[in-house]
Amino acid sequence: MSQLLTSEEICQPENMVYHRTCLLTDAALSYCPGCGHGTAHRLIMETIEEMNLQADTIGVAPVGCSVLAYDFMDIDMQQAAHGRAPAVATGIKRLYPDKFVFTYQGDGDLAAIGTGETIHACNRGENITIFFVNNGIYGMTGGQMAPTTLPGMKTATSPFGRDTATMGYPLKITELIANLPGTYYVTRQAVHTPASVRKAKKAIEKAIQYQKLNKGLCFVEIVSNCNSGWKMTPLESNKWMEENMFPFYPLGDIKVPK
Amino acid sequence: MKDIRLMKGNEALAEGVIRAGCDGYFGYPITPQSEILEYLMANNTKERTGMIVLQAESEIASIHMVYGGAAAGKRVITSSSSPGISLMQEGISFMAGTELPCLLVNVVRGGPGLGTIQPSQSDYFQAVKGGGHGDYKMIVLAPASVQEMYDFAKLGFDLAFKHRIQVMILSDGAIGQMMEKVELDEQIPRLADAEIVKKYPWATTGKTPDRERNIITSLDLNPVKQEIINQNLQKKFKHIQETEVRFERFMCDDAEYLFVAYGSSARICQKAVMLGRARGIKVGLLRPITLFPFPTNELARLAKQVKGMQAIEMSAGQMVEDVRLSVNGAVPVEHYGRLGGIIPAPDEVLNVLEQNFIHSKKEKRYEPATY
Repeated sequence: MSQLLTSEEICQPENMVYHRTCLLTDAALSYCPGCGHGTAHRLIMETIEEMNLQADTIGVAPVGCSVLAYDFMDIDMQQAAHGRAPAVATGIKRLYPDKFVFTYQGDGDLAAIGTGETIHACNRGENITIFFVNNGIYGMTGGQMAPTTLPGMKTATSPFGRDTATMGYPLKITELIANLPGTYYVTRQAVHTPASVRKAKKAIEKAIQYQKLNKGLCFVEIVSNCNSGWKMTPLESNKWMEENMFPFYPLGDIKVPK
Repeated sequence: MKDIRLMKGNEALAEGVIRAGCDGYFGYPITPQSEILEYLMANNTKERTGMIVLQAESEIASIHMVYGGAAAGKRVITSSSSPGISLMQEGISFMAGTELPCLLVNVVRGGPGLGTIQPSQSDYFQAVKGGGHGDYKMIVLAPASVQEMYDFAKLGFDLAFKHRIQVMILSDGAIGQMMEKVELDEQIPRLADAEIVKKYPWATTGKTPDRERNIITSLDLNPVKQEIINQNLQKKFKHIQETEVRFERFMCDDAEYLFVAYGSSARICQKAVMLGRARGIKVGLLRPITLFPFPTNELARLAKQVKGMQAIEMSAGQMVEDVRLSVNGAVPVEHYGRLGGIIPAPDEVLNVLEQNFIHSKKEKRYEPATY
């Protein structure tokens, strides 16, 4: 009779095919179970570890659900005022041109209060990388309407659905900044399936590599769910995202280096 | 041989910033201080010292660029004038909450609103009492000459890094625009990145294996911790009040009456003191150089000596409140101010002092000059 292997026997270094990156701390994530932020954090930190960039990285955290990103990322980080992360990153990068400088921002931070800072950092071609997590809602403050909220979508401040006649249209800021000569690589990804995670990882790798070439700003949007804000289960929210968010915010590269 | 030049106040400040070993300037044009950005750009600082100069898209962006650079241990500065400084209050509050050193310059113009481009001192409260949200103070330096515009650049950076605090040079359109001779110092070299890592272990310079990660944040949701953070800030401000007070006494030793004025008003009062002495009035001038910390103790001492104090400001009466708090009712304190960009004349302020303290109160009060 064959003996079953114990978990201790299985968990040996030679059997290890995947491990959590050492650049994520042991702090419990403050994100709701099912949210895409955790995966986005992991992919960025994994890439920084693989590229051996920890000592050269300075990150900028936003205001929003990911305000505490510095609790989870084991790198030097600054917390910026709401929307100002691209300006903060500009200040760092101009004074440390050889460091890897990135911002991590949500849709309210990047595309509403920080629109000016976003567009001008992109237009100056700052050699920074912007990671933009778009879930079409203000998560941290309790599910209010965001600049990227879809038409008809119900939120705490558009309880009857976003009425474009009075509340305006969702802002496709990624398409907008892709038109600026200062941006070098602009892409839109997702992290809700294994396949999309693999694609997003590749995009993140490119965005970090390109910064070294000093070619301009790299911008990676990650369309994510907000199951709490959308008042759905994680699975329902992923399905809703595929059916409603992706048609409006199509995935894929928007601007690639020539 | 001494390097002496004839310069505008704004230009002298810009030259002082370069020579103080500044790493980066981020700013947005606004009258009456645009010469600062223009001078820095024209001087090709990148080649001269390696200093970065960037014209930002707004004052809001400028102050947050300063935040980013300061949090990485660099000597950084922004400058503006009143409406622009109002826009920066968010960033200044964040820098207060994160205890970041930086130099800020306000070449004050008249307000409120768009007001005027003429000189004023109506931003005293904003500079000295906080300005942005939360309990905080900045060190506020008030230059009264073009030479001090130059000198306070280095002094400001030194104080900012000594205490990890924001230092504001509170100038005004008159000091910024007027020309005087300036004596320049030798260039102070900028710190190398490796020196910054050593000198400022708190700075976000990239996490190396020999230390924990550095985090610059003003957020702590735990009220017990947040109270301690605030109490520590207050301890620092108290220490600064005890150690960094600067002022100038002009003919105070035998004074029976005292002008209290800073910046360009102090220059006017200096002349008024000379006029007063010629009229046989024993009048002196106490010029606060630091507006925070305010020379409270010196004024309290002088209150035992003089019969009255005449505060002169180009405002509706802001600094005078600190003078009154300092003397605590020991002597009468009067305010006289001109508003909207009008600069008072020396004989005008001397007549006011005479009216208030020397002539009978029943006599006709002095009529301000009209323009």
